[in-house]
Amino acid sequence: MGAGSKYRELDNGDKYIMIKINPSEITPEHVYLSRRKFMVGIGALLTSSLVLSACGGDLSQSPERSEGSGEGLSKGPQEPSPTPPTAEPGPDGPVFPTVSATTDELGEKLTSYEVVIQYNNYYEFTTNKERVAFLAQDFKTSPWKVEVGGLVHKPKTFDIDDLYKLPQEERIYRLRCVEAWSMVIPWVGFPLAKLLKEVEPMAEAKYVRFETLYDPDQMPGQKSGGYNWPYVEGLRMDEAMHDLTILATGLYGKSLLPQNGAPVRLVVPWKYGFKSIKSVVKIDLVEEMPVSLWMATAPHEYGFYANVNPEVPHPRWSQATERRIGEFGRRETLLFNGYAEEVADLYAGLDLKKWY
Amino acid sequence: MRKLKTRWLQILTHVAALLPLAWLLWDYWQGRLIDPVREITTRTGKAALILLILSLACTPINILLGFKQVLRVRRALGLYAFMYASLHFLTFVGLDYGFDFDLLGQGILDQRYVLVGFAAGLLLLPLAITSTQAWQKRLGKNWRRLHRLVYQASILAIVHFTWLAKDNRGPLRYGAVVALLLIVRIPGIRKAISDARYWLKTRQKATR
Repeated sequence: MGAGSKYRELDNGDKYIMIKINPSEITPEHVYLSRRKFMVGIGALLTSSLVLSACGGDLSQSPERSEGSGEGLSKGPQEPSPTPPTAEPGPDGPVFPTVSATTDELGEKLTSYEVVIQYNNYYEFTTNKERVAFLAQDFKTSPWKVEVGGLVHKPKTFDIDDLYKLPQEERIYRLRCVEAWSMVIPWVGFPLAKLLKEVEPMAEAKYVRFETLYDPDQMPGQKSGGYNWPYVEGLRMDEAMHDLTILATGLYGKSLLPQNGAPVRLVVPWKYGFKSIKSVVKIDLVEEMPVSLWMATAPHEYGFYANVNPEVPHPRWSQATERRIGEFGRRETLLFNGYAEEVADLYAGLDLKKWY
Repeated sequence: MRKLKTRWLQILTHVAALLPLAWLLWDYWQGRLIDPVREITTRTGKAALILLILSLACTPINILLGFKQVLRVRRALGLYAFMYASLHFLTFVGLDYGFDFDLLGQGILDQRYVLVGFAAGLLLLPLAITSTQAWQKRLGKNWRRLHRLVYQASILAIVHFTWLAKDNRGPLRYGAVVALLLIVRIPGIRKAISDARYWLKTRQKATR
């Protein structure tokens, strides 16, 4: 039993406190936050020196992070401020920022914690979204190692506790599933770029390939045929290094639960949800475009890029609209899931219909 | 005795056919539906398909097992299937797309499974209307011919289900059942089965 698992127990214990806070603190619709908040809560304040030293110069907002979070907190009209984490992290435990806002930067309300942990697409357990949480409850996330290698100068296997030691930031992102539903989730994690820089990618590395744990004893869905397990996903190098791309270790200020991809998963908010691979054990830098599980399963339906795009329908259904979980009716889907300003440049000159 | 058996079968049919609706309403009332629109759509769709398959199963059950009473619940099964199909359609058009016909037009163009499902529903409509005994009399021989449309409707329903599912193994299992139920109806096969049954029966009598 490592410190990580001890933390999780405490974590589960105070889950209900968070549930209580959330609905009562809903920001009135008119209180829109003026800009995206990459806010660092208490965790980053405690480790601010680490933030500054580890971020490098490429993250424009890093020097003012603690300021940013102060600003964000005071903007919420709904004092009292969110409850600080009740679980004291152990020596190796993660220090997670608390939930700092009730909406994303577009003013979209967060999807409730209960829903985020009960409605999951995780075929390694089952294709039934509402049964994943039950089937995943005993999934072992400690000990856990993430092997980072391939075309890098310094291959390294990270223990999950190493990853928890990195400063954890809050990122409120919209999640758009390829099945045309969506959520708004306050993730906790760190930019993937931070991890990749540590292993020093070689110049030949053009893509990043990710792999989920393969353990049919724990993941009953992996026993069923039809899919070429383990789950594999990939990103182009520039996508992987983009500041919006994170490795998430938590959500709603707590460690990830198994159904959400514990202990560590990718989150790429401008792509369909299936790109955000869960329970990652292996990250390889490679020269060739990796073939993802979905590309291998249905190449004419799922491409490598999988950017959210209302203009490019799935061969069998429209992607023009989506349903935000918790709402009736539909809303229009935004190009790159509303992150066009940040990521459209990555695809300049690329035919998005061809490279779906 | 036979009458009693039929009565019980009828009661069972009505209760079982209304159960999915009751269960859905209960879950909604309890706030257990995380994505209500999706849940209502899928559950009514599945209930419609299962009931349609059960209505298709009545004749084969009679052919294979000589269990005639099932023919007395066939109409009820078919009508319940139509009821769920209608709820399914209304959920899609109303709850999901808010009667936004621009959006629906686009949706249908992009989604061939919608078109196929709609066609299946359209085929069921005249069958539901003409399900009464009065219509049966009025149409005479043509009534049977008309009601054979249910075969096409069930095939379209399977195609609809297969096309919309991300993992089509489930839908194909339903498809296999429908295929079996249709194959049993092919005149030659039907005759072979009833001959075999007759032969079995006489042999049983002889050995006794």
